[in-house]
Amino acid sequence: MIILEDVHYSYDGVYTALRGISIQIDDGERLAVIGANGAGKTTMIKHMNGLLRPQKGRVILDGHDTKFMSVAEIAREVGLVFQNPDHQLFLDSVKKEVEFGLRNLGFTESEAEQKRQKTLTDLGLEGFAERSPFTLSGGERKRVALASVLSTEPRFLALDEPTIGQDAHQKSLLAQMLAEMNKLGRTVVVVTHDIEFVIENFPRTVAMADGQIIADGSTSMVLSNDEVIERCALALPQMTLAARAMRNVFPEVGQRLTLLSELEETIMGILGGA
Amino acid sequence: MALVEFADFSFKYLGADSLALKRITLTIDEGEYVVITGPSGCGKTTFCRAINALVPQFHRGYVAGNVYTDGKNTRENEVATFASVAGLVFQNPENQLVTLDVEKEIAFGPENLGVAPNEIRRRVEELIELLDLEELREKHPHEMSGGEQQRVAIAATLALKPKVLVADEPTSNLDPQSAETILKIIAHLNKKGMAVILVEHRLDLVAKDASRIILMNKGRIVADGNPREILAMDLCEEIGVGVPKATQVYKRLRTRGVELGTVPLTGVELAELVQEATSR
Repeated sequence: MIILEDVHYSYDGVYTALRGISIQIDDGERLAVIGANGAGKTTMIKHMNGLLRPQKGRVILDGHDTKFMSVAEIAREVGLVFQNPDHQLFLDSVKKEVEFGLRNLGFTESEAEQKRQKTLTDLGLEGFAERSPFTLSGGERKRVALASVLSTEPRFLALDEPTIGQDAHQKSLLAQMLAEMNKLGRTVVVVTHDIEFVIENFPRTVAMADGQIIADGSTSMVLSNDEVIERCALALPQMTLAARAMRNVFPEVGQRLTLLSELEETIMGILGGA
Repeated sequence: MALVEFADFSFKYLGADSLALKRITLTIDEGEYVVITGPSGCGKTTFCRAINALVPQFHRGYVAGNVYTDGKNTRENEVATFASVAGLVFQNPENQLVTLDVEKEIAFGPENLGVAPNEIRRRVEELIELLDLEELREKHPHEMSGGEQQRVAIAATLALKPKVLVADEPTSNLDPQSAETILKIIAHLNKKGMAVILVEHRLDLVAKDASRIILMNKGRIVADGNPREILAMDLCEEIGVGVPKATQVYKRLRTRGVELGTVPLTGVELAELVQEATSR
Protein backbone atom coordinates (compact mmCIF):
# COMPACT_ATOMS: atom_id res chain seq x y z
CA MET A 1 0.00 0.00 0.00
CA ILE A 2 1.19 3.52 -0.79
CA ILE A 3 -0.01 6.52 1.17
CA LEU A 4 0.78 10.14 0.36
CA GLU A 5 0.00 12.45 3.29
CA ASP A 6 -0.32 16.17 2.61
CA VAL A 7 2.62 16.13 0.19
CA HIS A 8 3.98 19.50 -0.94
CA TYR A 9 6.70 20.03 -3.52
CA SER A 10 8.23 22.96 -5.35
CA TYR A 11 10.99 22.61 -7.95
CA ASP A 12 12.32 26.13 -7.62
CA GLY A 13 10.88 27.47 -4.37
CA VAL A 14 8.65 29.86 -6.32
CA TYR A 15 6.15 27.81 -8.23
CA THR A 16 4.49 25.08 -6.16
CA ALA A 17 3.96 21.90 -8.16
CA LEU A 18 2.16 19.94 -5.41
CA ARG A 19 0.02 21.65 -2.82
CA GLY A 20 -1.10 19.13 -0.24
CA ILE A 21 -1.62 15.78 -1.97
CA SER A 22 -3.24 13.05 0.12
CA ILE A 23 -4.07 9.71 -1.41
CA GLN A 24 -4.11 6.05 -0.46
CA ILE A 25 -3.49 3.38 -3.07
CA ASP A 26 -4.23 -0.18 -2.00
CA ASP A 27 -2.49 -3.29 -3.25
CA GLY A 28 -3.98 -4.61 -6.47
CA GLU A 29 -5.63 -1.35 -7.54
CA ARG A 30 -5.76 0.01 -11.07
CA LEU A 31 -5.71 3.77 -10.90
CA ALA A 32 -5.57 6.51 -13.55
CA VAL A 33 -4.31 10.03 -12.85
CA ILE A 34 -5.64 12.72 -15.18
CA GLY A 35 -5.14 16.48 -15.40
CA ALA A 36 -4.11 19.32 -17.70
CA ASN A 37 -0.45 19.87 -18.67
CA GLY A 38 1.29 21.22 -15.58
CA ALA A 39 -1.26 19.95 -13.04
CA GLY A 40 1.40 18.05 -11.06
CA LYS A 41 0.69 14.48 -12.22
CA THR A 42 4.29 13.54 -13.03
CA THR A 43 5.56 15.25 -9.88
CA MET A 44 3.14 13.16 -7.84
CA ILE A 45 4.16 9.79 -9.27
CA LYS A 46 7.85 10.66 -8.93
CA HIS A 47 7.15 10.84 -5.19
CA MET A 48 5.84 7.29 -5.30
CA ASN A 49 9.21 5.78 -6.18
CA GLY A 50 11.38 8.18 -4.23
CA LEU A 51 12.81 10.13 -7.18
CA LEU A 52 11.40 13.21 -5.50
CA ARG A 53 11.07 13.59 -1.74
CA PRO A 54 8.27 15.64 -0.20
CA GLN A 55 9.29 19.05 1.15
CA LYS A 56 6.33 18.80 3.48
CA GLY A 57 4.18 15.75 4.23
CA ARG A 58 5.02 12.05 4.03
CA VAL A 59 5.08 9.14 1.61
CA ILE A 60 4.47 5.78 3.26
CA LEU A 61 5.21 2.55 1.45
CA ASP A 62 3.83 -0.60 3.11
CA GLY A 63 3.87 1.12 6.48
CA HIS A 64 7.39 2.53 6.14
CA ASP A 65 8.07 6.24 5.81
CA THR A 66 10.12 6.51 2.58
CA LYS A 67 12.19 9.25 4.21
CA PHE A 68 14.16 6.42 5.80
CA MET A 69 14.49 4.36 2.61
CA SER A 70 17.02 4.66 -0.23
CA VAL A 71 15.87 5.11 -3.84
CA ALA A 72 17.19 1.60 -4.55
CA GLU A 73 15.06 0.14 -1.77
CA ILE A 74 11.96 1.91 -3.01
CA ALA A 75 12.68 1.08 -6.65
CA ARG A 76 12.66 -2.63 -5.84
CA GLU A 77 8.97 -2.26 -4.98
CA VAL A 78 7.91 0.60 -7.22
CA GLY A 79 8.75 0.65 -10.93
CA LEU A 80 8.39 3.95 -12.78
CA VAL A 81 8.28 4.28 -16.57
CA PHE A 82 9.01 7.80 -17.79
CA GLN A 83 7.02 9.67 -20.41
CA ASN A 84 10.07 10.28 -22.56
CA PRO A 85 11.93 7.00 -23.25
CA ASP A 86 15.08 8.94 -24.12
CA HIS A 87 15.40 9.88 -20.44
CA GLN A 88 15.57 6.21 -19.60
CA LEU A 89 17.35 4.28 -22.36
CA PHE A 90 21.13 4.29 -22.50
CA LEU A 91 22.51 0.94 -23.66
CA ASP A 92 23.27 -0.10 -27.22
CA SER A 93 20.90 -3.03 -27.58
CA VAL A 94 17.32 -3.69 -26.57
CA LYS A 95 18.43 -6.96 -24.99
CA LYS A 96 21.04 -5.29 -22.77
CA GLU A 97 18.63 -2.52 -21.88
CA VAL A 98 16.00 -4.94 -20.59
CA GLU A 99 18.46 -7.29 -18.87
CA PHE A 100 20.26 -4.41 -17.11
CA GLY A 101 17.55 -3.82 -14.53
CA LEU A 102 17.01 -7.53 -14.00
CA ARG A 103 20.69 -8.19 -13.36
CA ASN A 104 20.81 -5.22 -10.96
CA LEU A 105 17.99 -6.75 -8.98
CA GLY A 106 20.04 -9.93 -8.58
CA PHE A 107 18.47 -12.25 -11.17
CA THR A 108 20.88 -14.78 -12.66
CA GLU A 109 21.88 -14.52 -16.30
CA SER A 110 19.50 -17.26 -17.39
CA GLU A 111 16.60 -15.88 -15.32
CA ALA A 112 17.21 -12.42 -16.76
CA GLU A 113 17.28 -13.84 -20.27
CA GLN A 114 14.04 -15.73 -19.76
CA LYS A 115 12.21 -12.73 -18.29
CA ARG A 116 13.57 -10.48 -21.02
CA GLN A 117 12.33 -12.83 -23.74
CA LYS A 118 8.87 -13.09 -22.24
CA THR A 119 8.46 -9.34 -21.81
CA LEU A 120 9.70 -8.52 -25.30
CA THR A 121 7.27 -11.08 -26.75
CA ASP A 122 4.39 -9.71 -24.68
CA LEU A 123 5.06 -6.23 -26.00
CA GLY A 124 5.49 -7.28 -29.63
CA LEU A 125 9.23 -6.55 -29.58
CA GLU A 126 10.57 -10.08 -30.10
CA GLY A 127 12.42 -9.22 -33.30
CA PHE A 128 14.20 -6.25 -31.73
CA ALA A 129 16.49 -7.86 -29.16
CA GLU A 130 19.75 -7.13 -30.98
CA ARG A 131 18.77 -3.68 -32.28
CA SER A 132 20.05 -0.45 -30.78
CA PRO A 133 17.17 1.44 -29.15
CA PHE A 134 18.36 4.52 -31.02
CA THR A 135 17.56 3.01 -34.41
CA LEU A 136 13.96 2.35 -33.36
CA SER A 137 10.90 4.51 -33.92
CA GLY A 138 9.50 6.71 -31.14
CA GLY A 139 6.70 4.26 -30.37
CA GLU A 140 9.11 1.31 -30.33
CA ARG A 141 11.58 3.07 -28.00
CA LYS A 142 8.70 3.78 -25.68
CA ARG A 143 7.89 0.07 -25.54
CA VAL A 144 11.53 -0.82 -24.83
CA ALA A 145 11.50 1.56 -21.86
CA LEU A 146 8.29 -0.11 -20.68
CA ALA A 147 9.78 -3.56 -21.14
CA SER A 148 12.83 -2.72 -19.06
CA VAL A 149 10.60 -1.87 -16.10
CA LEU A 150 7.81 -4.42 -16.64
CA SER A 151 10.31 -7.30 -16.87
CA THR A 152 11.36 -6.69 -13.25
CA GLU A 153 7.74 -7.29 -12.20
CA PRO A 154 7.57 -4.55 -9.57
CA ARG A 155 4.71 -4.95 -7.12
CA PHE A 156 3.76 -1.40 -7.78
CA LEU A 157 3.96 -0.01 -11.30
CA ALA A 158 3.65 3.67 -12.24
CA LEU A 159 3.52 4.63 -15.93
CA ASP A 160 3.72 8.19 -17.25
CA GLU A 161 1.73 8.55 -20.49
CA PRO A 162 2.32 5.01 -21.75
CA THR A 163 -0.03 5.26 -24.76
CA ILE A 164 1.67 8.19 -26.51
CA GLY A 165 2.80 7.24 -29.99
CA GLN A 166 1.23 3.78 -29.74
CA ASP A 167 -1.13 2.56 -32.45
CA ALA A 168 -4.45 0.87 -31.66
CA HIS A 169 -2.92 -2.61 -31.71
CA GLN A 170 -0.03 -1.68 -29.39
CA LYS A 171 -2.43 0.02 -27.03
CA SER A 172 -4.49 -3.13 -26.67
CA LEU A 173 -1.32 -5.22 -26.14
CA LEU A 174 -0.33 -2.81 -23.37
CA ALA A 175 -3.78 -2.94 -21.78
CA GLN A 176 -3.69 -6.75 -21.85
CA MET A 177 -0.30 -6.83 -20.21
CA LEU A 178 -1.31 -4.41 -17.46
CA ALA A 179 -4.46 -6.46 -16.83
CA GLU A 180 -2.37 -9.63 -16.52
CA MET A 181 0.02 -8.00 -14.06
CA ASN A 182 -2.92 -6.66 -12.10
CA LYS A 183 -4.47 -10.14 -11.92
CA LEU A 184 -1.27 -11.30 -10.25
CA GLY A 185 -1.97 -8.75 -7.51
CA ARG A 186 0.24 -5.94 -8.75
CA THR A 187 -0.84 -2.33 -8.44
CA VAL A 188 -0.93 -0.24 -11.63
CA VAL A 189 -0.99 3.57 -11.72
CA VAL A 190 -1.00 5.46 -15.03
CA VAL A 191 -0.79 9.15 -15.77
CA THR A 192 -2.58 9.79 -19.03
CA HIS A 193 -4.61 12.16 -21.21
CA ASP A 194 -6.09 9.20 -23.05
CA ILE A 195 -9.62 9.14 -21.68
CA GLU A 196 -10.72 6.12 -23.68
CA PHE A 197 -7.78 4.13 -22.30
CA VAL A 198 -8.89 5.18 -18.79
CA ILE A 199 -12.54 4.25 -19.32
CA GLU A 200 -11.65 0.86 -20.75
CA ASN A 201 -9.00 -0.16 -18.23
CA PHE A 202 -9.09 1.75 -14.93
CA PRO A 203 -11.86 1.49 -12.32
CA ARG A 204 -10.53 4.38 -10.19
CA THR A 205 -9.53 7.85 -11.41
CA VAL A 206 -7.82 10.72 -9.62
CA ALA A 207 -8.20 14.15 -11.23
CA MET A 208 -5.57 16.82 -10.56
CA ALA A 209 -5.49 20.58 -11.17
CA ASP A 210 -3.00 23.19 -9.97
CA GLY A 211 -1.08 20.78 -7.77
CA GLN A 212 -4.12 19.46 -5.95
CA ILE A 213 -6.46 16.51 -6.21
CA ILE A 214 -9.88 17.82 -7.24
CA ALA A 215 -11.66 14.48 -7.56
CA ASP A 216 -10.95 10.87 -6.58
CA GLY A 217 -13.35 7.99 -7.05
CA SER A 218 -14.83 5.59 -9.55
CA THR A 219 -13.85 6.48 -13.11
CA SER A 220 -17.44 6.89 -14.25
CA MET A 221 -18.18 9.23 -11.34
CA VAL A 222 -15.06 11.36 -11.79
CA LEU A 223 -15.53 11.65 -15.55
CA SER A 224 -19.17 12.65 -15.30
CA ASN A 225 -18.16 15.69 -13.24
CA ASP A 226 -18.22 18.79 -15.50
CA GLU A 227 -15.72 20.65 -13.32
CA VAL A 228 -13.26 17.79 -13.82
CA ILE A 229 -13.73 17.87 -17.60
CA GLU A 230 -13.13 21.62 -17.63
CA ARG A 231 -10.22 21.91 -15.18
CA CYS A 232 -8.43 18.83 -16.49
CA ALA A 233 -8.70 20.21 -20.04
CA LEU A 234 -10.31 16.98 -21.19
CA ALA A 235 -12.10 16.51 -24.46
CA LEU A 236 -15.25 14.43 -24.32
CA PRO A 237 -14.73 10.94 -25.71
CA GLN A 238 -16.03 10.45 -29.25
CA MET A 239 -18.55 7.93 -27.95
CA THR A 240 -20.02 10.53 -25.61
CA LEU A 241 -20.19 13.06 -28.43
CA ALA A 242 -21.88 10.51 -30.68
CA ALA A 243 -24.37 9.63 -27.93
CA ARG A 244 -25.15 13.31 -27.36
CA ALA A 245 -25.64 13.92 -31.05
CA MET A 246 -27.94 10.90 -31.22
CA ARG A 247 -29.91 12.10 -28.20
CA ASN A 248 -30.48 15.49 -29.80
CA VAL A 249 -32.32 13.74 -32.61
CA PHE A 250 -33.69 10.70 -30.80
CA PRO A 251 -34.65 11.61 -27.22
CA GLU A 252 -35.12 7.94 -26.36
CA VAL A 253 -31.36 7.31 -26.52
CA GLY A 254 -29.98 6.65 -23.02
CA GLN A 255 -27.84 9.09 -21.05
CA ARG A 256 -24.95 6.75 -20.71
CA LEU A 257 -23.65 5.15 -23.86
CA THR A 258 -20.03 4.28 -23.37
CA LEU A 259 -19.48 1.16 -25.43
CA LEU A 260 -19.44 0.75 -29.19
CA SER A 261 -21.78 -2.21 -28.91
CA GLU A 262 -24.32 -0.13 -26.95
CA LEU A 263 -24.39 2.54 -29.63
CA GLU A 264 -24.61 -0.13 -32.32
CA GLU A 265 -27.62 -1.79 -30.64
CA THR A 266 -29.29 1.57 -30.07
CA ILE A 267 -29.03 2.40 -33.75
CA MET A 268 -30.25 -1.07 -34.75
CA GLY A 269 -33.24 -0.47 -32.46
CA ILE A 270 -33.99 2.92 -33.99
CA LEU A 271 -33.70 1.67 -37.56
CA GLY A 272 -35.65 -1.50 -36.82
CA GLY A 273 -38.51 0.57 -35.48
CA ALA A 274 -38.51 2.98 -38.43
CA MET B 1 4.87 20.73 -60.44
CA ALA B 2 4.05 18.75 -57.33
CA LEU B 3 5.00 20.26 -53.97
CA VAL B 4 6.47 16.96 -52.79
CA GLU B 5 7.34 14.06 -55.04
CA PHE B 6 8.70 10.69 -53.95
CA ALA B 7 10.10 8.80 -56.95
CA ASP B 8 10.68 5.14 -56.08
CA PHE B 9 12.40 6.21 -52.86
CA SER B 10 13.84 3.69 -50.40
CA PHE B 11 15.87 4.28 -47.26
CA LYS B 12 17.60 2.18 -44.63
CA TYR B 13 19.17 3.73 -41.49
CA LEU B 14 22.82 2.90 -40.83
CA GLY B 15 22.91 -0.16 -38.60
CA ALA B 16 19.26 -1.10 -39.20
CA ASP B 17 18.53 -4.48 -40.74
CA SER B 18 15.48 -3.57 -42.74
CA LEU B 19 14.36 -0.70 -44.92
CA ALA B 20 12.51 2.11 -43.14
CA LEU B 21 10.96 3.19 -46.45
CA LYS B 22 10.41 0.78 -49.34
CA ARG B 23 9.96 2.07 -52.87
CA ILE B 24 7.71 5.01 -52.06
CA THR B 25 6.20 6.75 -55.08
CA LEU B 26 3.66 9.53 -54.66
CA THR B 27 3.03 13.22 -55.11
CA ILE B 28 1.52 15.77 -52.73
CA ASP B 29 0.15 18.99 -54.17
CA GLU B 30 -0.42 22.48 -52.86
CA GLY B 31 -3.44 22.90 -50.59
CA GLU B 32 -3.71 19.24 -49.60
CA TYR B 33 -4.19 18.10 -45.99
CA VAL B 34 -2.58 14.69 -45.84
CA VAL B 35 -2.72 12.52 -42.74
CA ILE B 36 -0.05 9.82 -42.56
CA THR B 37 -0.90 6.94 -40.27
CA GLY B 38 0.03 3.33 -39.60
CA PRO B 39 1.34 1.07 -36.86
CA SER B 40 4.32 2.24 -34.82
CA GLY B 41 7.58 1.64 -36.68
CA CYS B 42 5.90 1.75 -40.10
CA GLY B 43 8.11 4.58 -41.42
CA LYS B 44 5.97 7.67 -40.77
CA THR B 45 8.70 9.73 -39.11
CA THR B 46 11.25 8.71 -41.75
CA PHE B 47 8.79 9.81 -44.43
CA CYS B 48 8.59 13.29 -42.79
CA ARG B 49 12.37 13.53 -42.49
CA ALA B 50 12.77 12.64 -46.17
CA ILE B 51 10.66 15.62 -47.22
CA ASN B 52 13.13 18.20 -45.93
CA ALA B 53 16.32 16.23 -46.60
CA LEU B 54 17.05 15.30 -42.93
CA VAL B 55 16.90 11.83 -44.46
CA PRO B 56 19.40 11.12 -46.02
CA GLN B 57 21.62 14.11 -45.24
CA PHE B 58 21.44 14.27 -41.42
CA HIS B 59 20.27 10.70 -40.75
CA ARG B 60 22.52 8.72 -43.02
CA GLY B 61 22.03 5.32 -44.55
CA TYR B 62 21.30 3.41 -47.74
CA VAL B 63 19.30 5.42 -50.27
CA ALA B 64 17.64 4.54 -53.57
CA GLY B 65 15.35 6.70 -55.68
CA ASN B 66 14.72 10.41 -55.15
CA VAL B 67 12.56 12.91 -53.32
CA TYR B 68 11.82 16.31 -54.85
CA THR B 69 10.51 19.00 -52.55
CA ASP B 70 9.35 22.10 -54.37
CA GLY B 71 11.09 20.64 -57.41
CA LYS B 72 14.50 20.33 -55.73
CA ASN B 73 16.19 16.99 -55.24
CA THR B 74 16.74 16.39 -51.50
CA ARG B 75 19.95 14.48 -52.24
CA GLU B 76 21.51 17.27 -54.25
CA ASN B 77 20.61 20.44 -52.33
CA GLU B 78 21.64 21.57 -48.86
CA VAL B 79 19.30 20.88 -45.95
CA ALA B 80 18.96 24.65 -45.39
CA THR B 81 17.37 24.98 -48.86
CA PHE B 82 14.38 23.05 -47.60
CA ALA B 83 13.90 24.91 -44.31
CA SER B 84 11.90 27.61 -46.03
CA VAL B 85 9.87 25.12 -48.08
CA ALA B 86 8.92 22.40 -45.60
CA GLY B 87 8.44 23.47 -41.97
CA LEU B 88 8.73 20.64 -39.46
CA VAL B 89 6.94 20.50 -36.12
CA PHE B 90 7.69 17.67 -33.71
CA GLN B 91 5.99 15.84 -30.86
CA ASN B 92 8.05 17.50 -28.16
CA PRO B 93 8.15 21.32 -28.57
CA GLU B 94 10.81 21.59 -25.84
CA ASN B 95 13.32 19.99 -28.20
CA GLN B 96 12.58 22.64 -30.79
CA LEU B 97 12.65 25.92 -28.84
CA VAL B 98 16.06 27.57 -28.75
CA THR B 99 15.66 31.10 -27.39
CA LEU B 100 14.27 32.67 -24.25
CA ASP B 101 11.24 34.56 -25.47
CA VAL B 102 8.47 34.36 -28.00
CA GLU B 103 9.56 37.21 -30.28
CA LYS B 104 13.17 36.00 -30.46
CA GLU B 105 11.99 32.47 -31.08
CA ILE B 106 9.86 33.50 -34.06
CA ALA B 107 12.59 35.77 -35.42
CA PHE B 108 15.36 33.19 -35.03
CA GLY B 109 14.74 31.28 -38.30
CA PRO B 110 14.29 34.24 -40.65
CA GLU B 111 17.30 36.01 -39.07
CA ASN B 112 19.42 33.02 -39.91
CA LEU B 113 18.20 33.09 -43.48
CA GLY B 114 19.11 36.79 -43.75
CA VAL B 115 15.57 38.16 -44.07
CA ALA B 116 15.39 41.99 -43.75
CA PRO B 117 14.67 43.26 -40.19
CA ASN B 118 11.50 45.09 -41.21
CA GLU B 119 10.12 41.99 -42.82
CA ILE B 120 11.04 39.93 -39.74
CA ARG B 121 9.21 42.39 -37.47
CA ARG B 122 6.16 42.17 -39.72
CA ARG B 123 6.18 38.35 -39.63
CA VAL B 124 6.63 38.24 -35.85
CA GLU B 125 3.60 40.49 -35.27
CA GLU B 126 1.50 38.62 -37.82
CA LEU B 127 2.27 35.25 -36.20
CA ILE B 128 1.72 36.50 -32.65
CA GLU B 129 -1.74 37.52 -33.79
CA LEU B 130 -2.44 34.36 -35.82
CA LEU B 131 -1.41 31.96 -33.04
CA ASP B 132 -2.80 34.06 -30.22
CA LEU B 133 0.57 34.52 -28.48
CA GLU B 134 0.07 38.06 -27.16
CA GLU B 135 -0.13 36.93 -23.54
CA LEU B 136 3.02 34.85 -23.90
CA ARG B 137 5.17 37.70 -25.20
CA GLU B 138 6.97 38.19 -21.89
CA LYS B 139 6.95 34.56 -20.82
CA HIS B 140 9.97 32.28 -20.69
CA PRO B 141 9.34 29.03 -22.66
CA HIS B 142 9.91 26.99 -19.49
CA GLU B 143 7.01 28.77 -17.80
CA MET B 144 4.68 27.85 -20.64
CA SER B 145 2.42 24.81 -20.78
CA GLY B 146 3.07 22.19 -23.45
CA GLY B 147 0.26 23.57 -25.60
CA GLU B 148 1.68 27.10 -25.38
CA GLN B 149 5.16 25.85 -26.27
CA GLN B 150 3.77 24.00 -29.26
CA ARG B 151 2.00 27.16 -30.47
CA VAL B 152 5.32 29.03 -30.25
CA ALA B 153 7.10 26.20 -32.09
CA ILE B 154 4.53 26.35 -34.89
CA ALA B 155 4.88 30.14 -35.10
CA ALA B 156 8.67 29.78 -35.33
CA THR B 157 8.25 27.26 -38.14
CA LEU B 158 5.76 29.43 -40.02
CA ALA B 159 8.11 32.43 -39.79
CA LEU B 160 10.14 30.83 -42.56
CA LYS B 161 7.05 30.98 -44.81
CA PRO B 162 7.09 27.30 -45.69
CA LYS B 163 4.86 25.99 -48.45
CA VAL B 164 4.06 22.87 -46.51
CA LEU B 165 3.76 22.26 -42.78
CA VAL B 166 5.02 18.81 -41.81
CA ALA B 167 3.87 17.91 -38.31
CA ASP B 168 4.97 14.65 -36.67
CA GLU B 169 2.46 13.84 -33.91
CA PRO B 170 2.38 17.48 -32.78
CA THR B 171 -0.27 16.94 -30.11
CA SER B 172 0.79 13.63 -28.53
CA ASN B 173 2.22 15.22 -25.39
CA LEU B 174 -0.60 17.71 -24.94
CA ASP B 175 -3.75 17.56 -22.88
CA PRO B 176 -6.89 17.07 -24.99
CA GLN B 177 -7.98 20.73 -25.01
CA SER B 178 -4.52 21.99 -25.97
CA ALA B 179 -4.42 19.29 -28.65
CA GLU B 180 -7.73 20.49 -30.03
CA THR B 181 -6.46 24.10 -30.17
CA ILE B 182 -3.34 23.05 -32.11
CA LEU B 183 -5.35 20.94 -34.56
CA LYS B 184 -7.79 23.83 -35.13
CA ILE B 185 -4.84 26.10 -35.92
CA ILE B 186 -3.46 23.55 -38.38
CA ALA B 187 -6.86 23.14 -40.07
CA HIS B 188 -7.15 26.93 -40.29
CA LEU B 189 -3.70 27.23 -41.92
CA ASN B 190 -4.75 24.60 -44.45
CA LYS B 191 -7.98 26.49 -45.24
CA LYS B 192 -5.85 29.54 -45.95
CA GLY B 193 -3.95 27.53 -48.54
CA MET B 194 -1.00 25.92 -46.77
CA ALA B 195 -0.40 22.26 -47.52
CA VAL B 196 -0.31 20.10 -44.40
CA ILE B 197 1.28 16.71 -43.85
CA LEU B 198 0.36 15.40 -40.40
CA VAL B 199 1.45 12.17 -38.75
CA GLU B 200 -1.15 11.00 -36.28
CA HIS B 201 -2.47 7.80 -34.67
CA ARG B 202 -5.63 9.29 -33.25
CA LEU B 203 -7.79 9.55 -36.33
CA ASP B 204 -10.82 10.42 -34.18
CA LEU B 205 -9.20 13.85 -33.88
CA VAL B 206 -8.00 14.53 -37.42
CA ALA B 207 -9.84 12.43 -40.02
CA LYS B 208 -12.52 15.10 -40.40
CA ASP B 209 -9.96 17.76 -41.38
CA ALA B 210 -7.98 15.64 -43.85
CA SER B 211 -8.41 15.67 -47.61
CA ARG B 212 -6.36 12.49 -47.93
CA ILE B 213 -5.13 9.66 -45.73
CA ILE B 214 -2.01 7.63 -46.45
CA LEU B 215 -1.72 4.31 -44.63
CA MET B 216 1.76 2.96 -44.12
CA ASN B 217 2.85 -0.47 -42.96
CA LYS B 218 6.38 -1.85 -42.73
CA GLY B 219 7.87 0.97 -44.77
CA ARG B 220 5.37 0.75 -47.61
CA ILE B 221 2.32 2.71 -48.59
CA VAL B 222 -0.56 0.26 -48.38
CA ALA B 223 -3.48 2.62 -49.03
CA ASP B 224 -3.79 6.22 -50.18
CA GLY B 225 -6.97 8.16 -50.83
CA ASN B 226 -10.08 9.86 -49.51
CA PRO B 227 -10.41 9.49 -45.70
CA ARG B 228 -13.89 7.98 -45.87
CA GLU B 229 -12.86 5.35 -48.41
CA ILE B 230 -9.66 4.49 -46.59
CA LEU B 231 -11.19 4.22 -43.13
CA ALA B 232 -14.02 2.02 -44.43
CA MET B 233 -11.43 -0.59 -45.50
CA ASP B 234 -10.94 -3.67 -43.28
CA LEU B 235 -7.20 -3.25 -43.86
CA CYS B 236 -7.21 -0.55 -41.14
CA GLU B 237 -8.13 -3.03 -38.42
CA GLU B 238 -5.80 -5.65 -39.90
CA ILE B 239 -2.73 -3.46 -39.49
CA GLY B 240 -3.82 -1.83 -36.23
CA VAL B 241 -4.96 1.65 -37.28
CA GLY B 242 -7.28 3.39 -34.80
CA VAL B 243 -10.42 3.94 -36.86
CA PRO B 244 -12.71 6.73 -35.50
CA LYS B 245 -15.45 5.41 -33.21
CA ALA B 246 -18.25 6.62 -35.48
CA THR B 247 -16.67 4.83 -38.45
CA GLN B 248 -16.33 1.66 -36.36
CA VAL B 249 -20.04 1.74 -35.56
CA TYR B 250 -20.77 2.24 -39.27
CA LYS B 251 -18.67 -0.83 -40.12
CA ARG B 252 -20.38 -2.97 -37.48
CA LEU B 253 -23.79 -1.96 -38.83
CA ARG B 254 -22.62 -2.73 -42.35
CA THR B 255 -21.80 -6.32 -41.40
CA ARG B 256 -25.37 -6.61 -40.14
CA GLY B 257 -26.78 -5.46 -43.45
CA VAL B 258 -27.42 -1.81 -42.54
CA GLU B 259 -26.05 0.59 -45.19
CA LEU B 260 -25.88 4.20 -44.02
CA GLY B 261 -24.79 5.52 -47.45
CA THR B 262 -21.88 7.76 -46.50
CA VAL B 263 -19.06 6.72 -44.17
CA PRO B 264 -19.21 8.91 -41.01
CA LEU B 265 -16.02 10.24 -39.39
CA THR B 266 -17.58 11.85 -36.31
CA GLY B 267 -20.37 11.11 -33.88
CA VAL B 268 -22.40 14.04 -35.19
CA GLU B 269 -22.15 12.75 -38.76
CA LEU B 270 -23.23 9.30 -37.58
CA ALA B 271 -26.30 10.71 -35.84
CA GLU B 272 -27.24 12.67 -38.97
CA LEU B 273 -26.96 9.58 -41.15
CA VAL B 274 -29.18 7.57 -38.80
CA GLN B 275 -31.72 10.39 -38.89
CA GLU B 276 -31.67 10.44 -42.70
CA ALA B 277 -32.10 6.68 -42.77
CA THR B 278 -35.22 6.86 -40.58
CA SER B 279 -36.83 9.59 -42.66
CA ARG B 280 -36.36 7.70 -45.93
